[in-house]
Amino acid sequence: MADALISPAVGGAMWAVSGGLIAYSARKVREEADDRKIPLMGVLGAFIFAAQMINFSIPGTGSSGHLGGGMILSILLGPYAAFLVLASVLTVQALFFADGGLLALGCNIVNLGFFTCFVAYPLIYKKICGRAPGKKRLLLAATAAGIMGLQFGAFGVVLETVSSGISELPFRTFILLMLPIHLAIGVVEGFVTAGVVSFVRAARPEILAAAADREPLGVSVKSTALGIAAAALFAGVALSWFASANPDGLEWAMLRTSGREELQGAGKLHGLLASVQKKTAFLPDYGFKKPATVVKAGDADTETGDPGKSSWPAVEAGTSAAGLAGGLLTLLLAALIGFGLRRRKIRA
Amino acid sequence: MSHHIVEADKLHYSYPDGTAALSGVSFLIAQGESVALVGENGAGKSTLLQHFTGCLFPSAGVLKVGGLVAEKKNLSALRRAVGMVFQNPDDQLFMPTVFEDVAFGLRSLGVAGAELEEKVTGALEVVGAAHLRSLPPYRLSQGEKRAAAIAGVLAMSPDVLVMDEPTSSLDPLSRRRLMNLLKTFKHTKIIATHDLDFALELCERTIVIHKGVVTADGPTREVFSDDGLLKRSSLERPASLLHGR
Amino acid sequence: MTALAKNLADIGYMDTLAAGNSPLHRLDPRAKLFTTFLFIVAVVSFGKYEISALVPFFLYPVFLIGFGELPAGYLARKILVVAPFAFLVGVFNPLLDRQILFQLGPLGVSGGWVSFFSILTRFALTVSAALALLSLTGMNSICEALARAGFPRAFVVQLLFLNRYLFVLTGEAERLSRARALRSSGRTAMGFKVFAQIVGRLLLRTLDRAERVYRAMLCRGFDGNIPIVEFSRIGSRDILFVSAWSVLFALFRFFNVSLILGEAATGLLK
Repeated sequence: MADALISPAVGGAMWAVSGGLIAYSARKVREEADDRKIPLMGVLGAFIFAAQMINFSIPGTGSSGHLGGGMILSILLGPYAAFLVLASVLTVQALFFADGGLLALGCNIVNLGFFTCFVAYPLIYKKICGRAPGKKRLLLAATAAGIMGLQFGAFGVVLETVSSGISELPFRTFILLMLPIHLAIGVVEGFVTAGVVSFVRAARPEILAAAADREPLGVSVKSTALGIAAAALFAGVALSWFASANPDGLEWAMLRTSGREELQGAGKLHGLLASVQKKTAFLPDYGFKKPATVVKAGDADTETGDPGKSSWPAVEAGTSAAGLAGGLLTLLLAALIGFGLRRRKIRA
Repeated sequence: MSHHIVEADKLHYSYPDGTAALSGVSFLIAQGESVALVGENGAGKSTLLQHFTGCLFPSAGVLKVGGLVAEKKNLSALRRAVGMVFQNPDDQLFMPTVFEDVAFGLRSLGVAGAELEEKVTGALEVVGAAHLRSLPPYRLSQGEKRAAAIAGVLAMSPDVLVMDEPTSSLDPLSRRRLMNLLKTFKHTKIIATHDLDFALELCERTIVIHKGVVTADGPTREVFSDDGLLKRSSLERPASLLHGR
Repeated sequence: MTALAKNLADIGYMDTLAAGNSPLHRLDPRAKLFTTFLFIVAVVSFGKYEISALVPFFLYPVFLIGFGELPAGYLARKILVVAPFAFLVGVFNPLLDRQILFQLGPLGVSGGWVSFFSILTRFALTVSAALALLSLTGMNSICEALARAGFPRAFVVQLLFLNRYLFVLTGEAERLSRARALRSSGRTAMGFKVFAQIVGRLLLRTLDRAERVYRAMLCRGFDGNIPIVEFSRIGSRDILFVSAWSVLFALFRFFNVSLILGEAATGLLK
């Protein structure tokens, strides 16, 4: 994710999102009031930074892999502190290596940090692992979580780039490029996490035991709801953009990219949105991106120096309003589910 | 009422996994003394040092520093009385700049403003590091880091200065500078070290620890001339005391 | 020198640059941060077919490098190193957007190529500005500015600590890597198993270090609060810097200065 590829609207929005997440996590970490964590987080951040610079060769592919680190951090620190550490590492990398871009930093923090710490870790890793996993279970959990986290992240990148409208890459092609590649990266991340965790466990088992003690065993309902809500929001916004205008393409893409629960549910969401739209006629015009876009009149005007012509994605904003509505609906549903779960937990 | 500033009375300590680190360590240190703490790796030196700062508490026996018993309720007072210089200055200089690091301890005591500035500058000048004040620690050489770490401890005006291997990784010149500096300090000094020549030059008294037990406690020269004792404690004579000198 | 060592030297060098003493170095970090932020927003807000309107913006990084006495060649090389990424994503544009936008003599230039070069231009602008900012300000000052701007304290403290121990950790990582390389009889690529062991060992050392640092903090009265020192004050120079550049950015954003200059020049020739 580079500054050159995102629009200020998208970049700004993601900055706001990541800023909010950072503030929230910071508050949570403060509430935990575990003084020990302060130097630990700092030094672990430096560790991740350093470890990411070590590459290993992946047999049979001739390419190299390295550590992402989000899951290891989450295991050692819990999701909130881990998120802060990841965000700090990304920030420093953005500043020092100037490759992620500063405006795109918000996107990166969400793509790489949020999904790993708040979705993949609590929903998948912890669920599969339980308390004292054996080697196989650990590998399974780490790989599943790695795949999940990176798929979401890749999806995020695609959404952010395409909705910015600067790259011509159409949604469908981009997705087909990104998801399989990140599937592989996710698997690698899972293996790396499992490998390092196994090593630490063999050398000093008390460390992981202590970390597990610090974290509550069950998945907190709040973070589950948060994860589901975020996923739903993303899906809703994305689909409103493309689904209604180009349903065939999306279904084709969905067939190609397997194992995505949210996309499978998209049919219903799509139908819901279409009916909502028809009834309310709230947003009659949907804008969308087709491959080989025709030059818009507006752009030609800017070429001749006409000031004030919209370079902000006004059409996209209109489109996303419906998407947001759909997303909010899903959010509401998720909250209701969350409440429902809570009720059952208390009763059980 | 004892006039000794440090009183260790039959200290015992065992690690959580059961290994005994200290078995009945006792000694008395008077104000202003310079005492070297010597012993092989794993003898219990570090464990003992951690007792001085209240990072560990004895499982049996009593440790008193400046009249205070080393226990939980005296923790902050204890830590004000004892200034510990760690073996690895990178562990100790954790703030973004040298100035902020030296100021850290003072700030936690509530010192601020002009008084803070004065005390920090004073401490830095004593160790000869005043010109390093705005630098981040990772820009300093080993000797400079060591000096900055000492400044940070000095700024809090401790009664007892405890040092863990102060000359390790120092080049000869830095080592000499450190020794000259320490000679000017009037504090009570307890220095754990492998550098026996350093101990000989700086500390009039030496305590030898071997397997958690005190095997010798007396004038440094005598202790380092007792070959039988040294051998039993897995040590050897310092270069300056070798036979034929 | 391994890639890791190169990275390390690179970061070290950036840090050294930040310790310089030009008038730009002495500006309040908040002023520099804010101005660069405005710059990036202005650049990124252009429509995708803009190139000429973007060109005047190069004045800012050029100014920073010139007045900041920064090494232009070094920064240019850094930009080139990371350019491939933008290249990769942008390269699809010429393939997908074939509509001819305008004629360059006999050559018809498609929208795709225009947007591609626009991407590259934006990239060069934003990256050079960001690099210049860091070379003039340094990590610690940026953190100070962020703290004052209201960023959550826990996060700023985290950044400071990270920066503090960055070199220590990367140094350790480098030593571990080198040790392995020296005993691998020519096989430069690291296998997975060894990698997990090296990273695992590094992690264990890190955890031990964290424990020691914590103890050192306790010994000097740590009570949960890390004080963030505020050194700098906003002066008239800082205000001047921000206002002047803001005006310029607005000018460049809403008027295609290149075009105006070009038309003026061709008008003169007529």
